[in-house]
Order: sequence, then C-alpha cells, then structure tokens
Amino acid sequence: MTDEKTRAKPHKLKRRNKWTRDDTELTILALPTTVWYILFCYLPMFGIVLAFKDYKIVDAGKSFLYNLMHSDWAGFKNFQYFLTLKDFPMILRNTILYNVVFIILDLVLPVGLAIMISNIYSKRKSKVYQTLMFMPHFMSWVVVSYFVYAFLDGDKGLLNSIIVFFGGERIKWYTEAKYWPYILTIMHIWKVLGYSMVVYLASITGIDTSLYEAAVLDGASKAQQARYITLPSLQPIIIMMFILAVGRIFSSDFGLFYQVTRGANVKIAEVVTTFDVKIYQMVSTSTRLGQNAAASMFQSIIGCITILTANAIVSKIDRSSALI
Amino acid sequence: MSKKKPVTDNDNMNRLNRITPTTNFLFNLMFLILALVCFLPIIFIFIISITKNEVLRTEGYKLFVTAETVSLDAYTFLWGQKHIILNALVISVKVTAIGTVLGVMLTCLMGYVLSRKEHKLNGFLTMLVFIPMVFGGGLASSYVVNTQILGLRDNLWVLILPLAVSSFNVTIARTFFRTTVPDSIIESAKIDGASQWTVFFRIVLPISKPVLATIALFLAFGYWNDWYQSMLYINDTSLKSLQATLDSMQKSLEYLTKNPSAGMTSADLKKAMPEEAVRMAIAFVVAVPIACVYPFFQKYFISGLTVGAVKG
Repeated sequence: MTDEKTRAKPHKLKRRNKWTRDDTELTILALPTTVWYILFCYLPMFGIVLAFKDYKIVDAGKSFLYNLMHSDWAGFKNFQYFLTLKDFPMILRNTILYNVVFIILDLVLPVGLAIMISNIYSKRKSKVYQTLMFMPHFMSWVVVSYFVYAFLDGDKGLLNSIIVFFGGERIKWYTEAKYWPYILTIMHIWKVLGYSMVVYLASITGIDTSLYEAAVLDGASKAQQARYITLPSLQPIIIMMFILAVGRIFSSDFGLFYQVTRGANVKIAEVVTTFDVKIYQMVSTSTRLGQNAAASMFQSIIGCITILTANAIVSKIDRSSALI
Repeated sequence: MSKKKPVTDNDNMNRLNRITPTTNFLFNLMFLILALVCFLPIIFIFIISITKNEVLRTEGYKLFVTAETVSLDAYTFLWGQKHIILNALVISVKVTAIGTVLGVMLTCLMGYVLSRKEHKLNGFLTMLVFIPMVFGGGLASSYVVNTQILGLRDNLWVLILPLAVSSFNVTIARTFFRTTVPDSIIESAKIDGASQWTVFFRIVLPISKPVLATIALFLAFGYWNDWYQSMLYINDTSLKSLQATLDSMQKSLEYLTKNPSAGMTSADLKKAMPEEAVRMAIAFVVAVPIACVYPFFQKYFISGLTVGAVKG
C-alpha cells in the first residue's frame, strides 16, 4: 500500500491545477446542499431589493417577480418608516436590556452551579440532578407556555392560590406589565440553566487533576481552588460564550417573548416586545412587504455587524476560538 | 463504591480534598430543589389533566389529586376526538422522520465535500456555508420567498425543507470528517478506482456513526419541537403538527369545537368538553415522549457541542 501511495503522489502533483474527475464527483455530491443554500439562504438575501421597493401588485395576473420589478423604488423610505416608529426606542431598549441581563446571568449562574455540582460527593446523585435539570432544554416554548399558564392563570393558577392562602389579593399576571421582566428572566434561566451548567461542567472535568493535588499540598481551601484553578481554567470558554452572546444582542428568543406571554398582548406589550416579536407581528398582519422587509433587513444588518465585531475581538484575544 | 476497589493514592487525595459534609448536604439540597423546579411542571400539568373539571373550576389547579377528585374525562374526551390528535401525531412523525433523514444526508454530503481540502471549489463552498452564519435575509424576505416564489404555503414541505440544513451542523460534520476519517483510507480507495460517491457511502458514512447520530438527534428534536414554521405557513388544520395543534389551542379552545367529530354539533361538544383538563392533557401528551426519551440521548447533545467548538 505504501508503494502505491508514493507512486500516486507525483501523479497528483502534476495535475494539481487541472480540474479532475475527483473535483467533478465532489461537486456533484455538494450539489443538493448547494441548491438548498441558494433557495433557503441566498434567495431571501435578495429580499434586500424588496426593502428598497414600494411593492405594489401592478398586474394581479403576473408573477410576484414581475410585480416586484415593476414596483417603484422607495429609497430609504421603508427603513425610515421602521426607525421612526413610535415604538422603536421601546423595542430597542427591550431587546438590548433583556439581552444584557441574560448575558450576565447566563455566565454567573451556570458557572457557579457547575463548580458546586462538581464537588458533590455522590457522582450518581450529580448525574440525576444534571439529567433532571436538562429537561427544560428539550421542551418547546409552546409546551413551556402551558407550564407557565398552570402557575400564572388569574383564576385557577397555583401562584394565585398560594397568594390567597396567605391572605393576599389575586393578581392578573397576564395583563400586569410590571411583573413580566421578572417572569421572562426566570423562564429564560429555567430553560437554559441545566444545559449551560452541563457544558461548563464538561470543561471542569477536563481540568488536569494534578493542579488540584498540588494546591491541596500547599494548603489551599476548596474556595481558593475554585478561585485560582477552576475559574482561570474556564476563562477561555467563558470569554468565548460571552462574546458570542454579545454578538447576538439584537436578536431574541421569539418563543420566550411570544409564547410564554401568550401572544404579547397590548397590556404588557410595552415590556415584552423585542425586534423578533415586532417583525413577526408586522409580517403576519401587514401586507406592506417593503416595510416588513426593511424591518427584518435592519435587524439582519446590525446583527451581522455586531457578530463580525465580536468575532474580531475574539480573534484578537484567542485566534483559535474565532468564528472565521 | 470505594469499598470494592483497592484504595489508591488518588482516592486518598480525593478524600482529603473534599468539601465539608455540611456543605455537601447544602449543595445536595439546593440541586434537589433546582432539579424539582425543572421537572415538576410536567408532573403538575399531568395532575391537572386528571383532575375533575368541577374541582378545577371551583378550587383552581392543585398540586395533588385525591381518589375523589381524580377523573380521566380529559383523556376520554381526547380519545373521542382522536382524529385530530392522531392526524397531528402522524404529521409530527412524518415531518420528523423525513426531515431527519433528508437533513442528515444534505448535511453530511456538504460536510464531507468541505472536508476534502484538495477540492477545487473548497474555498467557494466554505464561503457558501459560512455567510449564512453571520447574515440572513430576515424573516420577511424568507416569508416572501417561501410563499410567493417557492409556493410552500400550506404544504407539508415547508415544515421540512427550511430546517433541514444549518451551517452549524455542516461545520460539525466537516470537523468530524476532517479529524476522524484518515486521509489514507480515502486515498487508497481512490487508487483502487473507487469514485467519490462510493468512498462517501461505502467508507466514510459507515465509520462516522457518532456524528450521524449527533446530527440526527439535533434535527429530530428540532423537528419534533417546531411550531414556528406551522405558525407562519400552515392554515390548513389537516397539516398541523402536535406542537402546532397545541399552539392553536392556546389561542382558542374553539379550535377543537370548530372541528367536531361526525354526529356532534359544536354546542354539544362544548358541553361535553372538560376544558382546562383537556388543554393540559394535550400539553402532557406532547411533552411526555420527549421527557421519556431525552435522558438516553443527552450525551450526544453535549458531545455534539464540544465537537462543534473544535475548529477543523
């Protein structure tokens, strides 16, 4: 076999820049997925044209593309419409504020819990806790919204029963805006906590145990070991997760903000509407295609800019964990 | 456990370097509470679903059910309306099965081609896969493309195709093929005259079962849990998946009354329906398959994430 290999090499080198049968075969293998990418990723990117058009049905009998071509150009009018919406500052504030809170809690809580659970004596118990805490990750937001409903429903919800039992007044949770920032934060943590904890735990188990042994010999306490060995070892993955999350700061988990709130009704809209919720509402209710496209294109573009910036920062810190 | 094994230096070290028993107890207590908080809701909705409707109406949702308040009316009702639930179940299973197979194929084909560095189009295809990771057309354009150009509204394929491939999964596959499948095997197969087609299907796929399993699971859970595609594109009730049925019901229980069984008017049905319990019963029916299955596949989700984090 080695003989054949050495004989094959110069042969391959000679034809390096020529298109070979191999290239054709590989191209054919890649073809179905390439078609998929063109249809479902690249075609929508041309939706950017739509954002600059004042789409009107010129001739109802003709195709969508014909109508698009014959609609008037709108310049930046569609973008202007979205950016000057009365709700725009509120939506921007909600999206960013929720993300900032989530980013901080998503780092502190799972890392802390991962360190704690790695210290529990019984490995079997630790596995059971991990498995149970992993469950929310596999539940869809629709199912979770039913869980929440069982607790928060105004008449029958468990939470109100408890409040009444202790002599309090029933609260109409689904129409009281002031509680929702807390409810959404709790639900977000509930859903991701177990999963992120297990991810960090996987890195903790990868740390060289001799470091801890040396520390014990030097008389380091458990807390000191966590502070001076575990945390510094986790630093690269923490930084990476942090910066990736910052890169996604203009997007939000639609299911959390729309399903858990049961459709983001008017009474609580002010504290639960994020970009994704607003864009969904525009797409599902308005037929002004140009304005809808401009709104979602705006989110895509600032999202792209933040991701690339975040990536540039990652590659400055640690070349190997960068996306590109 | 240490009783059976001989005591090693490592064990002694572990015994020395432990948190105090009190701390251990407190940690255990805390994790027990957290685990229950994560898991109890599913038990809670089950209890609601088997509670008598009159009790629910007067006393609200209770954490416990007694022999006097238990009732299987909700499930009997669902069984009576089984054409809706079974139809939704068939749609969910179909979408998950077709989508997972198709998605794994498309993902691995592209992953394999990207792992062949000598391919002339390697740079081009890498960009093709990479760009959608940072930039997308956005919801509005995708919606227009899917409905106006591809004509996918109220079509089963709209639940399958848009979710079949993700650049993240392609990257996982590529990294796996690049690091785990030895180049020498592929080289020698090619020298023996095998085409890339044969190499991929007869050599690479059979030795890549771990990554196939990981991607298949990512996709299967994604398809089973998807309600978003249905919410956007499906109006036809006969094409609603389980998750979508649950989602429509959240908006109104009218959904069931609009689609009564033969021989029953919607007024009759409304009377017969134990409302609250039925909602929770459906939520439970949707949640329980996943809750039973995920513990067995948990490890693939963690390994998949760590593989994806390693760059090829």
